[in-house]
Amino acid sequence: MKGKKCECGHLNPEGATLCEACGKPLEESQQTDASGKKQLLNMRYDGSARRSQTYNKSIIDKVWNFFSSVKVGVWLIVLTIIASAIGSIFPQEMYIPADAPNRDPAVFYEDRYGIIGLIYFQLGLHNLYSSWWYILLIALIGVSLVIASIDRVVPLYKALKMQKAKRHESFISRQRLFSETEHVSEADLEKIKGHLRKKRYRLREENGHILAEKNRFSRWGPYVNHIGLIIILLAAILRFSDVLYMDEYVWVREGETVVLPGTDREYYIENHDFILETYDEDDERFSEAIAQEGTIPRNFQTNVTIYRDSANAVAGAEAELTPITEDQIRLNEPLKFEDYTLYQSGYQQNEFTSMSFKVHETDDPEEEALANFTIDLTSPDGVYELDNGFRVELGEYYPDYYLDDNGIPASRTDYPRNPAFVLFVYPPGSDTAEVSFLGIGKNIEPTGENEYNVGITDFEMRDASGLTVRVDHTLPFFGAGAAIFMIGVIQGMYWHHRRIWIHPKGNGVLLGAHTNKNWYGVEKDIEQAIDGTSINMVKDQQEKDE
Amino acid sequence: MSLVSISGSLLYTAFILYLIATFFFGATIRDKRTDDKKGRSGKIAIGLTIIGFVAQIGYFITRWIASGHAPVSNLFEFMTFLGMCMVLAFIIIYFIYGLGVLGLFALPIAMVIIAYASMFPTEISPLVPSLQSHWLYIHVTTVSLGQGILAISFVAGLIYLISEIDQTTGSKRTAWLETVIYTIFLFIGFIVITSVFNFMDYQATFEYTEQNATTTTTEYNLPAIAAPNEGTLLTEGVMQPWFEAPAWMQGADAGRKFNTVIWSVLAGSVIYGLVRLVLRKRIGAAIQPLLKNVNPKLVDEINYRSVAIGFPVFTLGGLIFAAIWAQIAWDRFWGWDPKEVWALITWFFYAAYLHLRLSRGWHGEKSAWLAVIGFGIIMFNLIVVNLVLAGLHSYA
Ligand code: HEM
Repeated sequence: MKGKKCECGHLNPEGATLCEACGKPLEESQQTDASGKKQLLNMRYDGSARRSQTYNKSIIDKVWNFFSSVKVGVWLIVLTIIASAIGSIFPQEMYIPADAPNRDPAVFYEDRYGIIGLIYFQLGLHNLYSSWWYILLIALIGVSLVIASIDRVVPLYKALKMQKAKRHESFISRQRLFSETEHVSEADLEKIKGHLRKKRYRLREENGHILAEKNRFSRWGPYVNHIGLIIILLAAILRFSDVLYMDEYVWVREGETVVLPGTDREYYIENHDFILETYDEDDERFSEAIAQEGTIPRNFQTNVTIYRDSANAVAGAEAELTPITEDQIRLNEPLKFEDYTLYQSGYQQNEFTSMSFKVHETDDPEEEALANFTIDLTSPDGVYELDNGFRVELGEYYPDYYLDDNGIPASRTDYPRNPAFVLFVYPPGSDTAEVSFLGIGKNIEPTGENEYNVGITDFEMRDASGLTVRVDHTLPFFGAGAAIFMIGVIQGMYWHHRRIWIHPKGNGVLLGAHTNKNWYGVEKDIEQAIDGTSINMVKDQQEKDE
Repeated sequence: MSLVSISGSLLYTAFILYLIATFFFGATIRDKRTDDKKGRSGKIAIGLTIIGFVAQIGYFITRWIASGHAPVSNLFEFMTFLGMCMVLAFIIIYFIYGLGVLGLFALPIAMVIIAYASMFPTEISPLVPSLQSHWLYIHVTTVSLGQGILAISFVAGLIYLISEIDQTTGSKRTAWLETVIYTIFLFIGFIVITSVFNFMDYQATFEYTEQNATTTTTEYNLPAIAAPNEGTLLTEGVMQPWFEAPAWMQGADAGRKFNTVIWSVLAGSVIYGLVRLVLRKRIGAAIQPLLKNVNPKLVDEINYRSVAIGFPVFTLGGLIFAAIWAQIAWDRFWGWDPKEVWALITWFFYAAYLHLRLSRGWHGEKSAWLAVIGFGIIMFNLIVVNLVLAGLHSYA
């Protein structure tokens, strides 16, 4: 390997700007500036040889150099910031409000936000955070993070390990904090060393040259935190695996037992009760707020039993359910069993389960029932044969009835929240039907000539709970990544690497100091270290910014 | 006297103490010494600040006892808490660097935040199920503390800009700086105009129809310049609206919020205009001479140090604790809702700040501008995202 030999005898790798051993400037740019004025050293990475500064030939070199540049990294971050902000202007598709007149994104965005909304939708910005280009941006940040870190940490580690207590004079005098003292006694030197030790500097001496150093470990902070970030990004990739991550959603109605999706039909859940509690408006503390905001919910809860199907192994066998847990699921208090976690995620109150009707003569003021029937809304029959020879056919069934934009009856959802029916009633012995339209608070006969009328006599309702079923073995990875990130930032931010060099010259000394941040702190350290000695206080040699 | 009113008085006391402390910090700037901790007015000033801070803690604790939950659950409580964290962060930084002029700016800004918060409904509201978690306290207190510390970097940045930008002639930089100052005036405008009409007990009710075709009413506490879109005024004997809010402004009370913005801009501009008229120069130029003893390098370092200290705290509270809570409450630790997105943006932004500073040598003025923008992002998340973007969707 070719390299540069420094006058101290050390052979430096190519690309180094300061001698690894004695710190003497090796490169033109580090020597003097054009005006010949004394210039401060660029102490970044202690002038070590970084790969990106050394090689620039092959494609790999070029890619490496591109991503190792912090400028590129910051650009990627800035682009991500802009993209993220754009995604928050209008709600993302999953956040289209439940009460919007039309939740179809193709309609919703234009409907609500006009032409800008339409463009937003057409550009796919309503799913921005899962778009390929957004994910690519994040991935590029990851790549840049890895390359930039490796590019720097290795040479920095070597440089700090190799450094000698004895440094070249020009290395000391061109530090940002520097002082020169003509006469310094042995006693004063002992004193300053004592002070520095007391401030927990580690001292190394070499022929009267002193290097006092502390908190070098804080220099590794950024690399540790970048490793944490990488782990988080890798954990996000792990999410795509079915083994580690499963996400299902299930609606369970009160009284029902259903299989838990995603459990290979091994587990079943029964919903005993869904409970929605609200705050008492007579509660003195809150009455004012409740008066202002209306009712405020206090609790969403589902009481459930989880069953295991012990016959599960035998294909096609009847399920044999043995209860394994009975518990309550609340918002903020999910239920955990085996690998699964169940979350209270939604609810639907007052779904109709059945509706009962009677048939009576239209002119009968008593409305005496000639026949009764009940429609099971969970599985309505097509035809109902009734007493006294009546027959009813279910012409149309709208579980969640509304009139669409064209005034045509339609169903908003498949759930019986607002059921409505078109019924064909065949009187005894007749094969011409009378048509009735029935719904909550609606009883319309299109012709106005019906002999028989149908009326609602009773109905049953129940609540439904929406539960998320989740297996997530990636969480520990995210946790570890986050913890490592925190350790790294704290290590780098709350401690600072400080070095003070004392360099004998004649009867006196040169004193130089460097830190990676918190210059005020080192200055304080030096002020206290030289207290009671003849050594001069350092001056900050950095000129005013720009 | 009820606990709630004791709590209110304590907050008021804190506010007044901060105000007096500000004047004493003002007195320190004539001192030539850089370390104001030793001067007499500096001692009084920090003493008052600490007493004020203790009073505000008193407010916090009494309100906690009264409501049964930590008062960080609505905009008033949360912003007040942010003001408190900012004062705490200032006290810490003051003990490290002993720079009095920091208080001269940090306290008024904290006061504007607290006063601003008090304009929102201050009733104690009960916690909806998703908020009933210890993570609410853990998350919100850490985020606010982080933001409070980051706010000090904004204060340092602002001081740097006012003292260093050449005010002899108008330039792009002076214009931007005036814009920042003008923005602060808009907040003051909001506070003044809201207080005036609250005092007069002004009310006007509008009826309007929402997207989902339900008809609701909305209360205006400021005279309606802009009515809700297709709204009709129900109250008699009040000012008729001049125009209607545009149709795309929907969501909860959009018209009223739009009207409030108009009033804030009007009032803020008038106050700003009057101040300019009295001073006869840019406000930045008028403050600059007061800062001639300021050591720009020290202020620059405080700017950086605050970010260095605040960034990890913010990450912990705003991202990590937030994610843990979201995982427990909503079954996903990250959901790309606007609040989360803006926390992420804040975090990315300060990461960019650190990288630019560390690796590209963005010190001094560039750093100061970045600190100002960073604080702008924080305020945006608090105000615009809470009142406008997050209003577009919500889970009970
Ligand atoms: C958004 C993600 C990132 C975060 C949160 C982050 C965080 C940090 C932090 C806190 C520091 C320490 C700064 C200081 O001490 O003032 C740092 C340093 C650094 N980061 Fe990042 N970083 C991120 C992305 C990147 C990227 C994309 C690059 C690639 C160019 C990069 C390259 C560096 C470098 C070169 C350092 C300096 C290391 C040293 O002092 O030797 N970072 N990072």
